[in-house]
Amino acid sequence: MKPLEDWLTRGKISEEHGKYLKKERLYSFLVGVSQLVILILFIGFWEIASTYKWIDPLLFSSPSRIWETFITMLLAGELHQHIIATVWETIVGFLLGTILGTVIAIVIWWSKFLSRVLDPYLVVLNGMPKVALGPLFIVAFGGGFMATIAMAIAISIVITTIVVYGSFKEVDPNYIKLVQTFGAKKQQIFSKIVLPVSFPTIISTLKVNVGLAWVGVIVGEFLVSKLGLGYLIIYGFQVFNLTLVFVSLFIIAVCATIMYHLVQYVEKLLLKNRN
Amino acid sequence: MQSDHLISFEHVTKTFITWDGETHAVENVSFSVNEGEFVTLLGPSGCGKSTLLSILAGLIKPTNGEVHIRNEKVTGTSKHIGYMLQQDYLLGWRTIKENIFLGLEIQGLETEQNQKKALKLLAEMGLLSYKDHYPSQLSGGMRQRVALVRTLATNPDILLLDEPFSALDYQTKLKLEDLVIDTLRRKKKTAVLVTHDISEAIAMSDRIIILSPNPGRIKTVIEIPDVIRTPLPFASREVPEFQSYFQMVWKELNYS
Repeated sequence: MKPLEDWLTRGKISEEHGKYLKKERLYSFLVGVSQLVILILFIGFWEIASTYKWIDPLLFSSPSRIWETFITMLLAGELHQHIIATVWETIVGFLLGTILGTVIAIVIWWSKFLSRVLDPYLVVLNGMPKVALGPLFIVAFGGGFMATIAMAIAISIVITTIVVYGSFKEVDPNYIKLVQTFGAKKQQIFSKIVLPVSFPTIISTLKVNVGLAWVGVIVGEFLVSKLGLGYLIIYGFQVFNLTLVFVSLFIIAVCATIMYHLVQYVEKLLLKNRN
Repeated sequence: MQSDHLISFEHVTKTFITWDGETHAVENVSFSVNEGEFVTLLGPSGCGKSTLLSILAGLIKPTNGEVHIRNEKVTGTSKHIGYMLQQDYLLGWRTIKENIFLGLEIQGLETEQNQKKALKLLAEMGLLSYKDHYPSQLSGGMRQRVALVRTLATNPDILLLDEPFSALDYQTKLKLEDLVIDTLRRKKKTAVLVTHDISEAIAMSDRIIILSPNPGRIKTVIEIPDVIRTPLPFASREVPEFQSYFQMVWKELNYS
């Protein structure tokens, strides 16, 4: 047991510190094991329930069938185009939603008058379920790429504007006073103080928006697309191939998680020097 | 009206008007400050002392009256003036060096020569080795010294000090008072300090203008004798006359 003990207490600077490290490491290990056990139990139970027909395998499929379908489709080259389309739409929608939302926030920060004028419209648009605008996007942009991206943008843009504008407004006025005493013009107040102070908030909207963009893209694909993971879900449902639906859900879960972590990583990089 | 004074306030009145009504912040305030002088505006909160400072800095316009600097009417912010706020307000995302260049950047004076001068000032404050650190890595006193360098970097003739020591602990505050006075004297700057701290006012100033509140008006002006104002603030507090001036100011503030 000596090597194990050494490994658990590696990096210790005293006996007490070693004990603490060991306790913390065992705790983390326990958390990891529990997470894995839940996953295995869930998949195992699903498989068994499906095999013994406790649940209808036609409706709820089974992990082994999902896996088979996934591998078959992957090898047949049927999945790439759907994954690429959806991921691409999500990235574009997410970036445009965030950028446009921030730009609008900047414009209304600049003009107090405009912010007063636009206030009720923002409130209404924010309250509005953007998904309900779907048919309008189809009419305006046709059934495809553009309509899906429009949906992703619509879902994230208003909330971005509201959140970012809110952070612009909450900048401590003493910072603004500070640069004003140096004779700063409005544009300098913005670039030297307001934007950098609000930068962490803008970055945090990225994380929210990446989730919202997924919602927009999947709903957009439900409504119009002939391509993409959202389309696969609807198609699978229509031909009653629910295994296909589960395959799509599985891929979406993986892609969305990867994208979320990438955004989190970028956030960490960008905010590295902040306290 | 020509005068020899560096700064002159002429019948300055400021009323703030909002939906709820109006607030008379200062009323008919007149005084002047000579070149190289250190003048303190002392009074309780609500006496409009910070308002007077903002008017002098050109950040807000007086409702009535005028302020002149070198016989020129103040209409907006001026490069003659450096302003120190109650807290250091260093920008957390910039290094110390980038923080002290802020004013130069805004005024478009970011020459190599000016940057060198700013770094030299930083060295005088004993903080040159921290130039690439971030503000969060510095103590409160160090940060306020950086703020002083930032203010001096644009080479203003007049320094406005808006309770710049109020957020610091007592010991740090005493040390900084000496440092500020010493620096201002060496560089022959004129300064206007706003404070509610009586002993700080006596220890640092050449002259104290006592204000009464609601609305802010000048109550008395007290000249500080050479024996107190010649030493640095910390030593001034040891001078026997200091106590009697403290009593005098105290009575003025509390007598109505």
